[in-house]
Amino acid sequence: MHNFTLAELINGLRSNKFSSVELTQHFLNRIKELNGDYNAIITTTASQALESAISADQRLANGNAPEMCGIPILHKDIFCTNGVRTSCGSKMLDNFIPPYNATVVENFENDGAVMLGKTNMDEFAMGSSNETSFYGPVHNPWALDCVPGGSSGGSAAAISARLAPGATATDTGGSIRQPAALCGISGLKPTYGRVSRWGMIAFASSLDQAGPMARTAEDCAILLNAMASFDEKDSTSVNEPIPNYRSKLDNPINGLKIGIPREYFSEGLHSGTEQAVRNSLVELQNLGAKLIDIKLPSSHLSVPAYYVIAPAEASANLSRFDGVKYGYRCKEPKDLEDLYRRSRSEGFGEEVQRRIMIGTYCLSAGYYDAYYGKAQQVRKLIQQDFSDAFKSVDLIMGPTCPSPAFKFGAKGNDPVAMYLEDIYTIATNLAGLPGMSIPCGQVDGKPVGLQIIGNYFNEERILNVAHQFQQSTDWHNHMPSELA
Amino acid sequence: MSWETVIGLEVHVQLATKTKIFSGSSTRFGASPNTQACAIDLAMPGTLPVLNKQAVNYAIMFGLAIDAEIEQKSVFERKNYFYPDLPKGYQTTQLEKPIVGPGRVVIPLADGTTKAIRIHHAHLEEDAGKSIHDGDIPIGVSGVDLNRAGTPLIEIVSEPDMRSSDEAVAFAKKLHSIVTSIGICDGEMSQGSMRFDVNVSVRPSGSSALGIRTETKNLNSFKFMEEAIQLEVDRQIDLIEDGGKVTQETRLYNGDTKISKPMRSKEEANDYRYFPCPDLLPVIVSDQTLDELRSSLPELPDARKSRFTQQYLLSDYDAEILASDTSNAEFFESVAEKTKNPKLAANWVMGDLTARLNMENKNISNSPVSSSQLAGLILRISDNTISSKMAKQVFDAIWLGEGNADEIIEARGLKQLSDSGSLEKIVTEVIEANPAMVTDYVNSDESKRKKKMGGFMGQIMKASRGQANPQQVNQILLEKLNELI
Repeated sequence: MHNFTLAELINGLRSNKFSSVELTQHFLNRIKELNGDYNAIITTTASQALESAISADQRLANGNAPEMCGIPILHKDIFCTNGVRTSCGSKMLDNFIPPYNATVVENFENDGAVMLGKTNMDEFAMGSSNETSFYGPVHNPWALDCVPGGSSGGSAAAISARLAPGATATDTGGSIRQPAALCGISGLKPTYGRVSRWGMIAFASSLDQAGPMARTAEDCAILLNAMASFDEKDSTSVNEPIPNYRSKLDNPINGLKIGIPREYFSEGLHSGTEQAVRNSLVELQNLGAKLIDIKLPSSHLSVPAYYVIAPAEASANLSRFDGVKYGYRCKEPKDLEDLYRRSRSEGFGEEVQRRIMIGTYCLSAGYYDAYYGKAQQVRKLIQQDFSDAFKSVDLIMGPTCPSPAFKFGAKGNDPVAMYLEDIYTIATNLAGLPGMSIPCGQVDGKPVGLQIIGNYFNEERILNVAHQFQQSTDWHNHMPSELA
Repeated sequence: MSWETVIGLEVHVQLATKTKIFSGSSTRFGASPNTQACAIDLAMPGTLPVLNKQAVNYAIMFGLAIDAEIEQKSVFERKNYFYPDLPKGYQTTQLEKPIVGPGRVVIPLADGTTKAIRIHHAHLEEDAGKSIHDGDIPIGVSGVDLNRAGTPLIEIVSEPDMRSSDEAVAFAKKLHSIVTSIGICDGEMSQGSMRFDVNVSVRPSGSSALGIRTETKNLNSFKFMEEAIQLEVDRQIDLIEDGGKVTQETRLYNGDTKISKPMRSKEEANDYRYFPCPDLLPVIVSDQTLDELRSSLPELPDARKSRFTQQYLLSDYDAEILASDTSNAEFFESVAEKTKNPKLAANWVMGDLTARLNMENKNISNSPVSSSQLAGLILRISDNTISSKMAKQVFDAIWLGEGNADEIIEARGLKQLSDSGSLEKIVTEVIEANPAMVTDYVNSDESKRKKKMGGFMGQIMKASRGQANPQQVNQILLEKLNELI
């Protein structure tokens, strides 16, 4: 059952090949058996899942159930789940049980989807390797000594290892797309504002966006149908009509104009990765697409701008974790300052503290203009680059990240090398554009991701092209040798 | 050397919205601690603010009331600092782009003239919670009450245009009058609905450079504000005259002990690291919204004052007092309309009624004497049914709930004797019974005769058991006595 795609499972439930309870039990068994190898899941909610599955089966029997009804999924542990510990990968929230659901969680619950548990992640979504989690690193199912990418490494590894057919994730600078690429699955970061941020623990509010992860583009479309909503509880949620993301998957793509930014094929790109990406572009050409050389001249500024804006916002977003109201509190504080100092020093990991320090510095009197002010100007330039490019092309494509999965500790002592993991993904967050990664080849037995960037609210087109690519290739069906 | 005082005010006004500025929690005052704080107010992870439109409209109304520019686009920012009663670790406020731009407030001065105080800007922000260090909590522990956290505020920042504590108080009172008149604040000072930070400096008279200022924070009554300013001015002058220098610092004034002292420097040495709040969109004010709010704006105190002087022919002084408070003004107008006697209506509202209300710690909106009842009383004074002296008795009886004026006059037999035949009779009897007084009157200088009439008046009032119409008696008595000269 675990080899079926989500779309196939939906059909299976409706043709009574299996019930939601059977399906849920199957994945729970798999998690129990295999999660130890990957550490992809922090919390499993077995009894709750089975209860949801029972109601889902009833709802399915009554007919007219939503597509996601009865389908088991995993939520990244950044989404608040009513009554279920939501840690954000941090010691700070190891004891935190929210009394409310994130809108994303609520949307799935309303559709009758079954939550299997919560996935591992970099602490507060800060990381590109899942090595910063308080709950230990996630192992890449394609090579257990390699990272799964991050920050949504748990969700990506879980899909790749077939511990669930679909999962939620978030992307602030590449946290959906990069782990999707490294784990050989499909992941979509929608347009900023497409999916509600209510109940999603904030890292960098102007960049954070939730999206789906699954094995195929079609499955991502199904998940996005359930996730996307206009939410009055999130002021940055955009009230734009939500199409059925499955409806245009089968449209032919001949005549599609694909922009190839030369800046995405420059120094630092692994030759094997480049080759795989170029091969897939040829494949798309064969399907009738036109490749057009484009320039994104401000690309080189995106990483520096991001590493000012994201930490600046994070430094304020994480101030609420002060040991006063909830979360970790140090033992026997001497006074208020000691309470703050030790609760935060002991509760946050090193990378989180580093980013709080960077952000605090960038916003300090005398530095604000040089850092934060400048970064906001760069952000406008990057948006302008994309809007110029989309005047002549429909989509932009390139590698998702510079190289395949790397070994644990390989970049652990070099934050800047780690930050460069997101060199191709960050710009879309700064611009607020939708972007997707799909498997497009392999290097040394490890998957490579093709990134597809669309114009605002053009997820439909991205999914259509990704689906067409997957109809004519089989990279998305490859599975880690250990599982085969 | 003579010194000039320079004062600027920052005034926090709690807006009278039903719910908080970024959440649906109630803003009602006085609830048990933390019963009006939802997940958003507690800054639970993943929660997000949603701006209360009413708070924005109230801020705009204030701007319109002080003739200020309303910014088409204003921006919320985060002001970062750690404190237990600040759950998010930042206050959401406005800095670079406040919603209300420069405006002006006109204050009355003691000499009868007016002065315009410039407003630098006014911005929207959220209130913090309250830290509790005593009361129902164990010793050695502090508590946090987040009921107030997220209550919408506008902070009004004046230019340093005031030159005395009197001017500062007049300005504060005028602001109070404006915000309560347009209904954006309940004006309950004792509940913290308006709080003042005063910036005070002194300079040699005639100098144009500003002296070093101090800021005394969080004064919540006009009286404390006046005291704190006076104390600070004296302190600064003494300091400078003794060869010292004023330090720029934040001070706290204790209204009970009448002592002010600087806050610990640690508490104020903050770099707030403001930056635009990414969870909130810029506030865009459309022309349509502006037009709607402008036309919905009730009459402002200054406009009302000038109408009162024209329509009711009140003096500037009376009009200022009656127009400054909407409830007072409405009460007065109702009495004036019903009696067609604005002068008497003004006297009673500002005089006996206000005195009694103050004495019993009540205000006009819960006055035991209604405007109709007061009008009923004034009508009986105007038509000479009762004398002013009787009226006070009747007023007391109305206050105590004994009925309206006519009922009380009837029940107590207080009718004034105005029948001229009966009055002449009493006057004649009193004159005949007091030949010595008559002789004395006749032999006195004309200038002293008026005074001598008092003796007769007393006897006549006594004979009529106080019910004789004094004006009529006076006229009859004068005529009769003059016949005897």
